[in-house]
Amino acid sequence: MKAVSKVEGRAYPFGLKNVDTDVIIPAPYLKTISRIGLGRGAFESVRAQPGNVFDDPEYAGAPIIIAGDNFGCGSSREHAAWALNDMGVEAVIAPSFSDIFSGNAFKNGIVTVVLPQEAIDRLMEVAKTDPINVDLENKVVTTPYQDRFEFEIDDFRRHCLINGLDEVGMTLAKADRITAHEQKLAQSQPWLVPTAV
Amino acid sequence: MTTKARTLYEKIWDAHVVDQRDDGTCLIYIDRHLIHEVTSPQAFEGLRIAGRKVRRPDLTLAVPDHNLPTTPRVDAAGKRVPIADLESAAQLAALEHDAPSFGIKYIDATAREQGIVHVVGPEQGFSLPGATIVCGDSHTACHGGIGALAFGIGTSEVEHVLATQTLLLKQSKTMEVRVEGKLGHGVSPKDVILAIIGKIGASGGTGYVIEYTGSVFRDMSIEGRLTVSNMSIEGGARAGLVAPDDKTFAYLKGRPMAPKGDQWDQAVAYWRSLATDPGATYDKVVVLDAADIAPSLTWGTSPEDVVPITGVVPDPMSFADPSKQVAAQKSLDYMGLTPGQRMQDIEVQHVFVGSCTNSRIEDLRAAAAVAKGRKIAPHIKQALIVPGSGLVKAQAEAEGLDKIFLDAGFEWREPGCSMCLAMNPDKVPSGERCASTSNRNFVGRQGPGARTHLVSPAMAAAAAVTGHLADVRELMA
Repeated sequence: MKAVSKVEGRAYPFGLKNVDTDVIIPAPYLKTISRIGLGRGAFESVRAQPGNVFDDPEYAGAPIIIAGDNFGCGSSREHAAWALNDMGVEAVIAPSFSDIFSGNAFKNGIVTVVLPQEAIDRLMEVAKTDPINVDLENKVVTTPYQDRFEFEIDDFRRHCLINGLDEVGMTLAKADRITAHEQKLAQSQPWLVPTAV
Repeated sequence: MTTKARTLYEKIWDAHVVDQRDDGTCLIYIDRHLIHEVTSPQAFEGLRIAGRKVRRPDLTLAVPDHNLPTTPRVDAAGKRVPIADLESAAQLAALEHDAPSFGIKYIDATAREQGIVHVVGPEQGFSLPGATIVCGDSHTACHGGIGALAFGIGTSEVEHVLATQTLLLKQSKTMEVRVEGKLGHGVSPKDVILAIIGKIGASGGTGYVIEYTGSVFRDMSIEGRLTVSNMSIEGGARAGLVAPDDKTFAYLKGRPMAPKGDQWDQAVAYWRSLATDPGATYDKVVVLDAADIAPSLTWGTSPEDVVPITGVVPDPMSFADPSKQVAAQKSLDYMGLTPGQRMQDIEVQHVFVGSCTNSRIEDLRAAAAVAKGRKIAPHIKQALIVPGSGLVKAQAEAEGLDKIFLDAGFEWREPGCSMCLAMNPDKVPSGERCASTSNRNFVGRQGPGARTHLVSPAMAAAAAVTGHLADVRELMA
């Protein structure tokens, strides 16, 4: 995973609430067996509408999306995070995220920043004309107008993002503990090994 | 010394902690891993690139479902029918190759046991109470209906589980959703979960695991509990749970992969001990009265957009939240509806009975009871019945349900995800409307421009025979 400690640039002032992962990347694009190239299907139904922010040249290549409550709800498809990666998005700012999406985003180096609706409203305004800065080291979002919105983020996730850590590798280093757990289970819950596999 | 009273969720969680970091992040052991063709190829690719193996292939089960066409899979000569869509074919071929090459049991598309992964797990006795179950699919919440801690994961997590049989997680908050009383005539488990999501909202359960308690769930069949728990994710909760009880044990006993002999008795004793302790507390409690729940359905493009069938399309301005007003107006534009319109006056062109939410034998029986002796309305373009597995299909055929559906004008299909998600040939055309027993009414979910109303199987059958969204109670004897 590539390390990320700050994201700076223009932001799509999207703003919608309950943006589901079918909207971020519709099912026909999930037939790929690769992680790359999904940007072409990102927000397809939104882009079908004239005047949408994603096709507005003002925001071309913006690394940030500003959205409403419950961003990334619905399907667990990590393709949503891969699609955002592919379109160059490195951070999403919203009042809340679905649990599965925020995990998927994190594992792909995308920072999910939770801020209250009032802050979102202000950032939606600023985004129309100016860049926004997400500082993961200091857990703060700033604008050229001295706006300063501090945010909370899980320390472990922040640590992994800033250092670009590979979770599988970290966990494999604990193989002894996993083995010990399995040995304990074999004694206490022997039925957990399926009988007919 | 007295131990702290714990909830069902807390007991399952505690039993699976392998390691805990100072910040509270835990390494959680995963007892069961289900995989399908859509969210696994990139995980297997990751393993190959890193030269890693699957730690516990014996705890992993692979079955294709999302991409499969629901038309016959073998021809008259017994030969496999090729899949026309090349991308779908490639994705299915990848699973068929990857699973066995990593030592994982693979259920073939032509096997009787094949079906939707969330139907197959409990049906095979692979899913068990008290177990942690994951799958790269958000409707994994389904397996909570038998008292398993089950939740959807992304592909990076699929890879993590394949390699380590664990996940790095933080403990969730707990929410009790209690529904007491008796459900009215014509009110099904689907109506119960729609009413719950309507009440808590699409993000009301974010950060929580829901435990469904109260007489309604105690009285509910296992199929019904699976339906309810399945849609926990539509209320934002990654997992739902119903405490395992005698109904659960009766459902699982004798299933091919379930424990046998002495181990069965040992397992049941353990499963009984998992029920929430008296005095244990939840972080949040939501209470509904069964008497207030009517046959329900959705009007908009979020599963929280729920009304009783006797209701009308709401006015977007009636919502207090300004962002909801905007979302509701967008939904109505997409759905082609106007405020004040009676739900029962809305005509549909498509009907879908199926999906991991509502494709089990009880669902097919409920739909058949309404379809029996009736015909689908002449303007209905397509009415699909898609059993959740080959075994459900065989059971339905043994009961003569296929004949009832075919006589009424429905199509009787092969098992798969079908019209739930527009990844296979079963789609709703743009601008057309579907009464669907699936779980998501998102924009474009059943096909670009498709309009979805989520309903119960009986309500779907009622829509098919009347040609419009209809109150099933008026069609029941």
